[in-house]
Amino acid sequence: MSAIERYELPDTVEQAAEILRGGDVTVLAGGTDLMPQMQAGRVAFGKVLMNVRRCAGLAGIAVEAGRIRIGALTTITDLLEHDLIRRHLPVLSDAADKFASGQIRNMGTVGGNICNASPAGDTLVPLLVLDAEVELVSKPDGHLAIRQLPLRDFFSGPGRTARRPDELLTAVLVPMPPPGFRAGFAKLGIRPALDISIVSVAVGGVVADGTIAGARVAFGAVGPRPLRGTGTEAALEGQPLAQALIEAAACTARDEVTPIDDLRATAWYRREMIHSLTKKVLTDVAAA
Amino acid sequence: MSLLREIRFTLNGVERRLSVPITMTALAMLRDVLNMTGTKYGCGEGECGACTILVDGQTVNSCIMFAVDCDGREVKTIEGVAADEQWRPLREALVEHGGVQCGFCTPGMVVQASHVLSKNPHADHHAIKRGLEGNLCRCTGYKKIIDAVAAVAGEQEVVP
Repeated sequence: MSAIERYELPDTVEQAAEILRGGDVTVLAGGTDLMPQMQAGRVAFGKVLMNVRRCAGLAGIAVEAGRIRIGALTTITDLLEHDLIRRHLPVLSDAADKFASGQIRNMGTVGGNICNASPAGDTLVPLLVLDAEVELVSKPDGHLAIRQLPLRDFFSGPGRTARRPDELLTAVLVPMPPPGFRAGFAKLGIRPALDISIVSVAVGGVVADGTIAGARVAFGAVGPRPLRGTGTEAALEGQPLAQALIEAAACTARDEVTPIDDLRATAWYRREMIHSLTKKVLTDVAAA
Repeated sequence: MSLLREIRFTLNGVERRLSVPITMTALAMLRDVLNMTGTKYGCGEGECGACTILVDGQTVNSCIMFAVDCDGREVKTIEGVAADEQWRPLREALVEHGGVQCGFCTPGMVVQASHVLSKNPHADHHAIKRGLEGNLCRCTGYKKIIDAVAAVAGEQEVVP
């Protein structure tokens, strides 16, 4: 049943990168996605299972060169409770609060949520409006190579990312939001807890004198990957954040998404809910 | 046959050392290898909370945790929580308020409630409800369970 030939528990990122270079590695962090996927037969394990829990340098949240560095092993509970996140990135702690359940928040990691690349991933949508980048480390020729990639370019499809098989996602880097930046997140599920989002929306921007600038919009569960709503962003940019604009932007959002029918909802319902949630989040951002 | 790995961890305060298949869940290890059957198998995918245990002081769903990931950590199950006098009032309140019917969710519910109260000893109804959102009960309708935990938190019963 299991084709795993080796279990590895690296202590450092360098060791992990070395193991990844050997090829055919499945990375284990919290395991909350990996274990159910394995049991459902939806994941083909590599020959090596690498548990990164003890890897130094993957934990912790800190300010670094004007950005907030969130280590890949940061749990969703950490996002919810950490002072730096609550203070500077409240939209992310709000999304963490709406994430699964206490037990899963205690296990699941930010790095895992990103690498699992679910179109409905609840940290991904706010991270997209925060203009986050991911840090990927590899060891292609005996030396550590680090590259940073905007999160918006990271997702390529459901469960698929731009991470090369020899790379480890070590952190997500979030620029410190500018003064006046406001953001909001909303997800729709049948119940608040433990539901995979039917749709989700995040909006952010600098609101000054009632006008929104640097508008960023992201949607979850309306396509093969979480994505930025560039049409909605253009509709909002530089405009007074009044009722008429909010309604117009919500219509743009509804028209620019291309969801599918699945067991959770029809495409039509998803589009309508994108309209409602975009309106709700924009109204909250305008009133904040 | 799946690859085996030797792990060492503390289970309810006792040092344990055993070999487990690397794809085994922590729940299967507890129930099928160690015969600790207080922790229940409900949904097997982290949705129902019947398998809740404490690892390094944080509650997790043992059904979606790799057993090998217990290595070097401190694991506490319902057997450990039940033996802890600190949680006697919680157990008694659950009985008194009728928070136990078929009993299948109870071990997970008690472990999670103990964690909620550890983090927030004066949790109100809302905080308790949020804290138990990962635990399903198909008998009580939750009110009796939430009332029981609230009674321990020093809350009066709230009539909705």
